[in-house]
Amino acid sequence: MSSVSSIRQQLIAVQHRASLGAFTLDVDVGIPAQGVTGVFGESGSGKTTLLRCIAGLETGSGTDSRPPHQRGVGYVFQEPQLFPHLSVEGNIDYGRRRAGADGLDKDHVVEMLGIGSLLSRKPAGLSGGEAQRVAIAAVLLRAPELVLMDEPLASLDQQRKDELLPYLDRLHDELSMPIIYVSHSIDEICRLCDHLLVIDDGSIVADGELHAILARLDVPVLAGRSAGSVIDARPERYDEGYDLTLFRFSGGELLVPGHYEAGAPRLRLRIAASDVSICRTRPQQTTILNVLPATIDEIQPTGPATDLVRLAMGSDYLIAQVTRRSVTNLDLKQGDNVFAQVKSVTVRH
Amino acid sequence: MEILGPLWLSVQLALVTTFVLFLIGTPVAWWLSRTAVRWKPAVQAIVAMPIVLPPTVMGFYLLVLLGPYGAIGGWWFELTGSTLTFSFAGLVIASCIYSLPFAVQPMQNAFESLPRQMLEFAWTQGASKRDAFFSVAVPMSSRGFVTAAVLSFAHTLGEFGVVLMVGGNIPGETRVVSIAIYDQVESLQYGAAHQMSLLLLAFAFTVLLGMYLVNRRWSPE
Repeated sequence: MSSVSSIRQQLIAVQHRASLGAFTLDVDVGIPAQGVTGVFGESGSGKTTLLRCIAGLETGSGTDSRPPHQRGVGYVFQEPQLFPHLSVEGNIDYGRRRAGADGLDKDHVVEMLGIGSLLSRKPAGLSGGEAQRVAIAAVLLRAPELVLMDEPLASLDQQRKDELLPYLDRLHDELSMPIIYVSHSIDEICRLCDHLLVIDDGSIVADGELHAILARLDVPVLAGRSAGSVIDARPERYDEGYDLTLFRFSGGELLVPGHYEAGAPRLRLRIAASDVSICRTRPQQTTILNVLPATIDEIQPTGPATDLVRLAMGSDYLIAQVTRRSVTNLDLKQGDNVFAQVKSVTVRH
Repeated sequence: MEILGPLWLSVQLALVTTFVLFLIGTPVAWWLSRTAVRWKPAVQAIVAMPIVLPPTVMGFYLLVLLGPYGAIGGWWFELTGSTLTFSFAGLVIASCIYSLPFAVQPMQNAFESLPRQMLEFAWTQGASKRDAFFSVAVPMSSRGFVTAAVLSFAHTLGEFGVVLMVGGNIPGETRVVSIAIYDQVESLQYGAAHQMSLLLLAFAFTVLLGMYLVNRRWSPE
């Protein structure tokens, strides 16, 4: 059984059960009808299969019989699939003409993705990032009810990724169209998504608001190198002499290199678990700028030598990756008041 | 010395055959390029057989099949009152079978080189399978279609053995140019044979040169 249908105003039901060879996909979740939902998982976990089922491209046993063109689901592939015999504009109009219904304004989408100067070109002359922007514009103008993005940055080098990401930020900020964004990069997920599904071996193992899911310690896929949390913080003061911006969040203050406009809306900060360490007493004379009082909320063993510790500060959480030996030596327990040292903070968005 | 009669008949036969082969060959090529059924190699072998079989073998079986007591010929005889063998219609059927691989294989190659995801993109952009075939697969396979058309046309124009066995040598009906040349050589009219042969030689070269030139310039990318 499979369907994409509005069950409530706020949720889109995504239910798929499909067997493809030895692999079984079994998904039954509701995703928000607004904003970007990330799908995170390791390679082979079924991320792409899930998208292909939603789009109707996979005809595994027991899937919906509607063909892809009747589903109202747009698909941005990892490699942009532009039609070489059409111009950029012809590619954009291909889906728009067939959709019939008027969706987004063409000029607006063209401007939003910065492809106005490319319209008369042929796809063969575009860079990877340009081609992906054209593909995204073509999908948006097809007026889909749901947009699927399958690792749209994965085939690009770092420079092209950095070039495309601000455009994806704009989609996130300016469009209300629901987007499912598949990635194995937790950094991209943290930057672009509001909601997170974690998929493992064909099943959804965690589903919810991004901050809440990242704060969980019991999701093995998130326990490795991807462990870390995000917090929303407001830039408050810029110190020109040291090029540092002071951010305030519910648990205190953080100094972050770079200039961020004071009074700007909340920004999303990502702090990796490997960049957080724990002290029993407030450390004196340390090179670490950010030392924050915190309470140990939970300790979870994740490897033979390491534990993840969730630290509560205000309404936010930090996750620290520490060795089990340190946990034993410092006799860390749930409820203890400690100090968290934060070595590095990445500002997203 | 009539050169134009047989030549015109050959051109007519080649044009009709090419047209029919487009109608039959395109779906066969598309099916072969997409299917994963186990008996696909058997179909491929049957389609390719005219390339390796001696024209006399093809001609013999076609004669039996198309004759007034054959499966197709008998049915045709009941329907129209005339025989398929030694008629233009019979030649068209024989030529279509004989030239089938020259139409199917270039089209199949072109279809197989289409990226599968590009068709999937067309579908998710709101195109039905049929729509995506005509709006994406066909224009992207233009080179394959040109090659298929030129090869079917030229190969039909050049056939001899099958035509001789199925069509015979009836002026204005089945006496195509290759038969006419054979006739003239048999009756030692070397001058006339030269004229026709040179014409065909020049034609074959021009057509093939044209095809390779077009294919070099006309790439969809």
